[in-house]
Amino acid sequence: MDLKGKKVTLHDMCLRDGMHPKQHQISIDEMIDIAVALDESGVPLIEVTHGDGLGGASVNYGFPAASDEAYLDAVIPKMKNAKISALLLPGIGTVDHLKMAADIGVSTIRVATHCTEADFSEQHIGLASKMGLDTVGFLMMAHMISAEALLEQALLMESYGANCIYCTDSAGYMLPHQVTERIALLRSKLKPETELGFHGHHNMALGVANSLAAIEAGANRIDGSAAGLGAGAGNTPLEVLAAVLKRMDADTGIDIFKLMAVAEEKIVPLMDNIVRVDRDSLTLGYAGVYSSFLLFAQRASAKYGVPSQDILLEMARLKAVGGQEDQIELVAMEMAEAKK
Amino acid sequence: MSKKIRAAIIGPGNIGTDLLMKAMRSDWIEPVWMVGIEESEGIKRARDFGMKVSTSGVDGLVPSMKDDNIQIVFDATSAYVHADNSRKVVEQGAIMIDLTPAAIGPFCVPPVNLGELLKEGRKDNVNMVTCGGQATIPMVAAVSQVQDVEYGEIVATVASKSIGPGTRKNIDEFTRTTAGAIEQVGGATKGKAIIVCNPAEPPLMMRDTIHCLTKDEPNQDAITKSVHNMVKEVQKYVPGYRLINGPIFDGKRVTIFVEVEGLGDFLPTYSGNLDIMTAAGLRTAEMYAEAMANGDISSTATA
Repeated sequence: MDLKGKKVTLHDMCLRDGMHPKQHQISIDEMIDIAVALDESGVPLIEVTHGDGLGGASVNYGFPAASDEAYLDAVIPKMKNAKISALLLPGIGTVDHLKMAADIGVSTIRVATHCTEADFSEQHIGLASKMGLDTVGFLMMAHMISAEALLEQALLMESYGANCIYCTDSAGYMLPHQVTERIALLRSKLKPETELGFHGHHNMALGVANSLAAIEAGANRIDGSAAGLGAGAGNTPLEVLAAVLKRMDADTGIDIFKLMAVAEEKIVPLMDNIVRVDRDSLTLGYAGVYSSFLLFAQRASAKYGVPSQDILLEMARLKAVGGQEDQIELVAMEMAEAKK
Repeated sequence: MSKKIRAAIIGPGNIGTDLLMKAMRSDWIEPVWMVGIEESEGIKRARDFGMKVSTSGVDGLVPSMKDDNIQIVFDATSAYVHADNSRKVVEQGAIMIDLTPAAIGPFCVPPVNLGELLKEGRKDNVNMVTCGGQATIPMVAAVSQVQDVEYGEIVATVASKSIGPGTRKNIDEFTRTTAGAIEQVGGATKGKAIIVCNPAEPPLMMRDTIHCLTKDEPNQDAITKSVHNMVKEVQKYVPGYRLINGPIFDGKRVTIFVEVEGLGDFLPTYSGNLDIMTAAGLRTAEMYAEAMANGDISSTATA
């Protein structure tokens, strides 16, 4: 694999996807401290706010320590070079949230839908693009459909105005050849100027390998998270990916030792539990379950006395998609009832 | 002369056709017109059912409204064209039952506030909120009728195949309108609505989760009784409305899980989200028709 001189934009997730393992409780001060350190490490793009994106504050997904607005207001003015992005899931957040985030100064809006439902994003991608924002279409759970079906949805998002399309492995299920197949097809059929991105989860310990496969196949934006802080077994550990890319002479603009220090000194101490591949998070990846279901399944397991692994496998059997956290408690109750 | 009130349906799509099939069985409503903007499958079906049809939008209906004594019009199009449709039919003296999330008129969730609305007398326009609202607001109200609900949140999960292009294009109208009605009709101080769309095959039945945060410790017995009563009220016009679990209590959180199976008139039974909308719209129209027939409210369109 030759990535020499290849320019890759690394996008940090620890202050957004990392909100999942933190139950959305990262404080404003912690967010500022970490974002400033990431900025000083040369990370060009940092995502913040609730784990489920703008408007995610809810009983269903969890109430955060501070509002989306407060996080954005606190972090954006402190950035010297890094830009700040926000995620928006239509059905949870609305264009009102998008406008709020744009007013505060995000550079990038990422509009996320389940991989088969791109037409939910027309309103939001259209508006973000019209406002001149860097507009990303983010196709989640992309392992559930073929490369050809993913392409159809990507073309829709491109037609609404997205200038970058993501293949999002929300379950950490994909194997490198599946990433290659999807990104290569998108690269050959989308406009040459449309950027491609890959968002991985480390549930099968393939975050780095899958990211390399994506870059080789034509992606130029890759999501990762310092120390991997993210849902499930976390995102692709950003400092590891940055170090690998450095060894391959790719160009990320990141000071890898500074980034390692952020991961080691700021993120690891922040973890409530060490984010790693274990039985439950491996089950997410193996069975193809949305990574943020992890803690919900573990809490339901404790409350109803059924194994969290069984709950996750049942969610896989039900073909649950991102956002169906409410069904986890119901599944656990039904399993507990069936055991009686 | 029949006691039935004559009606028109705008929008010959899935919802309009399902509504037509239900209305044809009604004791109070006689569907006469189906209005589309072009020749389509839906128009053809309506013609086969013996309806008069317009393929030039509401303008094709308006000149005949007085002669055909159309007193109730259902709008099953989209929020964006609703205002124009409503103005034109109201000018002709009809009551508009709005099945889009436009929310020009007062919200109506039949088992919660239809009685109150009828007492207020004639309305030009009544809005049926959203499918998610019809399925969940009765549950929020069941809790708020017992004690103060500071926050009501609903999560509607629907099969991908049961959400049409109009709803997809305007998903924000769904979340906004539903959230507003959770407050105004459901009685929660603050409302939030979330919709999740699942493409699994075979398609899943509409499922809704209702979370209420009560101001004080929830009165578990009273809330449980109120929820069971309300489920029965909804079942009067949506027989496939089922409580699948709950209410469960966790501190001040009250959570209720329901499932909505449709009647399968035009749409498959998994589309409970569409069924509850057409059933609620028709139920509302029937109650207005009955009130008109009894002279409780005026029927200004009568020639």
